[in-house]
Amino acid sequence: MSAHGNAVDPKKAVLWDTEYHGHDVISTRSLGFFLYLLSDGMIFATLFAAYGVLSYSHNYFGGPTPSQFVHPWYTFTQTVSLFLSVLAYGMGMAAMKNRNRGGLISGLLGALVLGVVFLALDVHDMAVLAGQGITVATSAGASAFIVLTQVHAAHIFFGLIWILVMIAQVSSRGFTTDTVGRLLSLRMFWHLQAIIWVFVYVFVYLWGYMS
Amino acid sequence: MLVQLPGGWNPLLGRLALDQIPYDNPILAPLFVAVVVGTILLFGLITYYRKWGYLWKEWLTTVDHKKLGVMYIIIGLVMLFRGFIDGLMIRTQQVWANGPHSSGVFGALHGYLTPFHFGQVYSAHGLIMILLAATPLLVGFMNIIVPIQIGARDMAYPYLNALGLWITAAAAVLIMISLFVGDFAHNGWFGYAPIFELQYSPGVGVDYWIWTLQLTALGTTLGGINLLVTIIKMRAPGMTWFRLPIFVWTSLSANIIALTSFPALQVALGLVAADRYLGSHFFTAGFGGNLMLYTNLFWIWGHPEVYFVILPAFGMMSEIFPTFSEKPLFGYVTMVAASFAIAGVSWMVWLHHFFTMGAGPQVNSFFSVATMLVGIPTGVKVFNWAFTMYRGRITYSAAMLWAIGALFMLLVGGMTGMMLAIPAINYMVHNSVFVIAHFHSMLLVIVYAIFGSVIFWFPKVFGFRLDEYWAKVMFWLFTAGSALVFVPMYMLGFMGMTRRLDYVFNPAWHPYLEVMEVGIAVYCLSVLAFVVLLYVSIRDRVKNRAGADAWGTARSLEWLAHSPVPFYNFAVTPHVNARDELAWRREHGMDALEPERYVDIHMPSNTGMALYIGALTFVLGFGLTWRIWWLSLLSLAAIILLMIIRSFRGDDGYIITGAELERMEKEALRNRAQADGKYVSGGRGQVAGTAIAYGRNGASMGGDPFNSSRDGI
Ligand code: HEM
Ligand SMILES: [Cu+2]
Repeated sequence: MSAHGNAVDPKKAVLWDTEYHGHDVISTRSLGFFLYLLSDGMIFATLFAAYGVLSYSHNYFGGPTPSQFVHPWYTFTQTVSLFLSVLAYGMGMAAMKNRNRGGLISGLLGALVLGVVFLALDVHDMAVLAGQGITVATSAGASAFIVLTQVHAAHIFFGLIWILVMIAQVSSRGFTTDTVGRLLSLRMFWHLQAIIWVFVYVFVYLWGYMS
Repeated sequence: MLVQLPGGWNPLLGRLALDQIPYDNPILAPLFVAVVVGTILLFGLITYYRKWGYLWKEWLTTVDHKKLGVMYIIIGLVMLFRGFIDGLMIRTQQVWANGPHSSGVFGALHGYLTPFHFGQVYSAHGLIMILLAATPLLVGFMNIIVPIQIGARDMAYPYLNALGLWITAAAAVLIMISLFVGDFAHNGWFGYAPIFELQYSPGVGVDYWIWTLQLTALGTTLGGINLLVTIIKMRAPGMTWFRLPIFVWTSLSANIIALTSFPALQVALGLVAADRYLGSHFFTAGFGGNLMLYTNLFWIWGHPEVYFVILPAFGMMSEIFPTFSEKPLFGYVTMVAASFAIAGVSWMVWLHHFFTMGAGPQVNSFFSVATMLVGIPTGVKVFNWAFTMYRGRITYSAAMLWAIGALFMLLVGGMTGMMLAIPAINYMVHNSVFVIAHFHSMLLVIVYAIFGSVIFWFPKVFGFRLDEYWAKVMFWLFTAGSALVFVPMYMLGFMGMTRRLDYVFNPAWHPYLEVMEVGIAVYCLSVLAFVVLLYVSIRDRVKNRAGADAWGTARSLEWLAHSPVPFYNFAVTPHVNARDELAWRREHGMDALEPERYVDIHMPSNTGMALYIGALTFVLGFGLTWRIWWLSLLSLAAIILLMIIRSFRGDDGYIITGAELERMEKEALRNRAQADGKYVSGGRGQVAGTAIAYGRNGASMGGDPFNSSRDGI
């Protein structure tokens, strides 16, 4: 092997690629968005680490602990609505495969409504906690609990805006490279938020309730 | 209002009030006047020469990766200068405020800076140098060079690239504004819990610090994604993984670090912000907060970050050494492996920044050993560079001198790092100026590599070489300055001088401090030499015009494109046949072959959107810093709205027809014909100093490893 990393025979070498048309747009965008999601995953990993460190009894400073204020059955309705939202989105994407615009839009609308239900339940939960005097200012443990869950809720909120935008774009433009690429990215985003919710539900709500 | 704010607040202006402008400060007030006058003068000149249109069309709305890179580098150089002035102020304060009998002016008991002001200066210095000087400079080079090196026409996402630049610019403006409106943090560049809590730092300084860092983190993450996708997806046909130039490999590994570590910083600072804005208790001393949680989270980002900045510098050195040794890089594969080993290990060492936390012998031993492991791949790199030069035909051009300087700095910094990695030693010197000297040696590696690269790649971007004489003058002045400043600093570290002293109590240290001050004066001269270098080179630009391969011995693909690189990089995508493609083509007499026919190509169009969004992120940062809620909400809403508008509009780009391309290429080739053959490496031409040419023994390395065809001779 020469120093040239398996160089080709110079006599047969092609020097220019006149017909080269470069990368495929959708897969390039999906890769970039996937990488962004990795960094988003790191954000949650760090928040979970902070939550873990701040979940000893002294971190609640004598105040209420999750076992006193979380309600896994109530929150389970959130879980269900988010999962159904993902399911609705997935059915929309299945419709897209058949170039069925109406089917896609109803899927997105279903995902939107269920996402709104998720958020409404979350806001109601937070309001109830605040009514009991449990806010970020109560103790470090409460801070970690609220910030972790609300950062997730903020992701859902921006996802809902995005779903709205996509409904508008698909109804006005139909399936173009742009819209299809974005729908695929949004699908990854929406699934990731659901996966992270599994961790939130298990480690924060269930585990918190049991400890 | 969720938290109790000392001082006034009103709905319209938040905490902003006239008494926040330090018009009575004897240092800042004149500086402010100078900045205002300078800005008016600059705007006046642009208007006078009717350059607004040009500026808008060619620079402010561009999505061209080379222009964006140049702007990154300009931001980096300006901030490097600002950071240098901060450093000068720190050194001057310490040499002045030394011993009980030292005088004091401007309200300071000793020296000329009050402790509060001194704290802001060193905090800003650290943040600026790492995140707004080194990072933009490196990102700028990655932006310019990586796409050309892999034979791409632009980055994967040109618009996102512009967005990253303008967000970085917004961060730079935000920290500059803190000079004149309000004050800056005094908690060091990395922050201490709980001193940055509202209770102990009630001003806006910490808020400026938070939002500046958040903006740089955002900009760097976006840039990192872009570079990663570019490298993975945009390589020209034939550019297989193991034909990538090492600079591309180090960019890849560095951006993997950036992508995975910056989120940790964003969370750490987000939690500080939650404490300060929402009244939470993550890092407070009471209410169950955990002080060391902050320190851990910060350094989980902080240590990978230092490798994020050093890896591209390693890549730059790996490009310069072979070119001026006229040999392929020694140990290509091990170089790649070492880059990834460094990136991987950099994740497991963060605790060495606070061994003194007292986590116990097991924990400290683990992180000590992990830290020392970094020395292995780093050592591999050092030997590879040394073997690249060994028996090479070395030309001591200015770029090569800077690269060799970087190598020496790396040795010094790496050795002292190893010392610090031993907890027993670390307990002695932690938080002493020995640590400062260690990481300045390391960061100087980056500065040296960057100046080497400025000289090395300047002709590629602008079409003419920088003046060798002044580049060398600058090199020697800079090196003398570094030695004078940092050798005494190591000594003072051993003598027990701690870092960040606004008053140095021990008069016995005075001689050392004086030598360091002299070093700063020499640094000032090197800054002047840089200005002269730019002036002289621009004056002689016709004489110094460069051909495609500006050095005659360059090896990688970027030197196949014209100098200056046209906005479309390659008229026809090159087909890559070898590692070191250009050297290979030269070796086989094919480096002058041009494509026979040209077809239409597709380019992205310019857009002002990135600039608007960048400007709005500045407004957002400013609004949050001063707690002007309506402004923050409005700018956030505007950002989201602009993003939606952009997504509706999309970008169809535009087409350059084959005929147009042919015309532009013909002209570029005519220019090239005039410039080629003017610079010849190997001791001839305008290179000062003789080249060391050893007898060549190609057989000993198998094949024809030297293959330094010397075209033009
Ligand atoms: C051979 C590799 C290295 C080793 C073994 C090493 C080791 C260390 C250790 C143990 C410390 C902590 C000292 C203390 O605070 O007591 C430290 C601090 C530091 N190092 Fe390194 N280091 C290495 C490479 C680097 C590189 C490549 C950079 C940057 C380009 C760097 C930048 C820093 C900075 C900025 C600090 C101190 C930050 C602060 O306290 O403000 N180091 N290093
Ligand atoms: Cu470190």
